[in-house]
Amino acid sequence: MEIRFVLNGKETQVSTAPDRRVVDLLREDLGLTGTKEGCGSGECGACAVLVNGESRLSCLMLAAQLDGKALTTIEGAPEDGRLQALQEAFVRCGAVQCGFCSPGMIIAAADLLGARPDTGREAIREGLSGNLCRCTGYAKIVDAVQAAFEKLQGGPTP
Amino acid sequence: MREVFSPESLEALWPLLEAPSWALLAGGTDLLVKMRAGRSDPAAFICLERIAELRGVREGETDLWIGACTSHAELICHPLVERHLPVLHQALRTLGSPLIRRMGTLGGNICTASPAGDTLPPLYVLDAVLELRSQSGMRRVPIGEFITGPGRTGLEQGEILAGVRVEKPGGRQVHHFEKVGQRKAMAIGVASMAALLRLSVDGEIFSARFAWGSVGPTVMTCAPAEALLAGKRPSRGVFEQAAAVAMAAVAPIDDVRASAEYRRRVSGNLLLRLFPEGSTLT
Ligand SMILES: Cc1cc2nc3c(=O)[nH]c(=O)nc-3n(C[C@H](O)[C@H](O)[C@H](O)COP(=O)(O)OP(=O)(O)OC[C@H]3O[C@@H](n4cnc5c(N)ncnc54)[C@H](O)[C@@H]3O)c2cc1C
Ligand code: FES
Ligand code: FES
Repeated sequence: MEIRFVLNGKETQVSTAPDRRVVDLLREDLGLTGTKEGCGSGECGACAVLVNGESRLSCLMLAAQLDGKALTTIEGAPEDGRLQALQEAFVRCGAVQCGFCSPGMIIAAADLLGARPDTGREAIREGLSGNLCRCTGYAKIVDAVQAAFEKLQGGPTP
Repeated sequence: MREVFSPESLEALWPLLEAPSWALLAGGTDLLVKMRAGRSDPAAFICLERIAELRGVREGETDLWIGACTSHAELICHPLVERHLPVLHQALRTLGSPLIRRMGTLGGNICTASPAGDTLPPLYVLDAVLELRSQSGMRRVPIGEFITGPGRTGLEQGEILAGVRVEKPGGRQVHHFEKVGQRKAMAIGVASMAALLRLSVDGEIFSARFAWGSVGPTVMTCAPAEALLAGKRPSRGVFEQAAAVAMAAVAPIDDVRASAEYRRRVSGNLLLRLFPEGSTLT
């Protein structure tokens, strides 16, 4: 099947099986390995991407569903100010250890920022509750998201 | 390889439904997980997400209509749901995680018919009526009749769940949903309860509705407990009586998450929490 979609800001056309999972399409066919697969069943959030600006789990999405939509992965950060601010804050706050969960965390945080930009620490924790991290722990990740939110709103920077 | 059909209207959907081995896919959060576990193997998928007629919330004079393919996240943000159906709003906020709520739909939660489905107890106490549509027309079925067992529904070949209709509750009311689980996000409830109390102007309980999740093969209701409260003034004593009746009525199982005895106690305690704690009644 021919699928046309906008990938990280660029018109893209791929030929693939319609029932291929989006996570496989990205990682294996398109070489975009920023998106990770942890559980493959919706529990860990590592595979999160933005579809039309909202978060989706790419392990539970079929390639055919992308047709006509706009997909943003962690590699699309320079085109997306939200993602870039979050990436920088993660590095600055020490919120990355092995980095496996980071793309999914950043995507989930970007979605929260799009939906509820006035958010506080408790809402950030809730916003990231579908993302698991096995090394950093969550305090620094929440710090990073909060710092990025404040920066984007022109508030205090750490 | 499986074919994936993405019809953009009901007109385009009907002819596809003639193949019984093709699976309907709404958000995919149950179906694709089930397939991965080897418990489902459809020959093709029919995606419902592009059919605009199946989405959104519409307000009638006395009722609300919610499209089956509306996502949980859309419903949480919807002002009509927050204003008129707080018990559903509260339950949606405990369902899965923000990522799951972006994808999962109300219709998918209903059709999966899990005893732990979080939107079900609220829909039972709201007396939700489901609109089942097929090429030949529409039939309306109360949710309690539609769900016939764990994972079993009255959906017929060629039919889809198009939407859910609920009366807009009027007058003084108490809406309450609570889920007890091992973790806040992502945990399947050990037990949950939805309650809807209608109060008269002078504070008497006009009617009481309760529905419990995860304590029986389907959502459990308890008419005797409801009847016990009707016409009474709220007091700790009457709630204790109702809780005792409910504890005897639920039919929980032992599993890895909790024992049957624990679930039974929790079912009663959830009812007791309406009085006096967290109480809009006092
Ligand atoms: C990690 C994780 C956590 C979860 N946590 C919770 C939770 O806390 N509480 C909870 O209740 N659920 C939870 N779920 C389950 C799931 O997300 C919900 O049941 C969701 O509402 C299913 O909706 P869906 O649109 O994704 O369904 P799908 O997977 O698309 O469909 C489910 C079933 O319903 C059928 N179907 C869907 N729509 C229709 C329709 N309109 N007409 C006829 N048939 C239809 C499909 O054919 C399929 O058999 C969780 C799932 C995951 C993966
Ligand atoms: S890999 Fe998709 S949620 Fe874990
Ligand atoms: S940094 Fe290693 S899993 Fe989160």
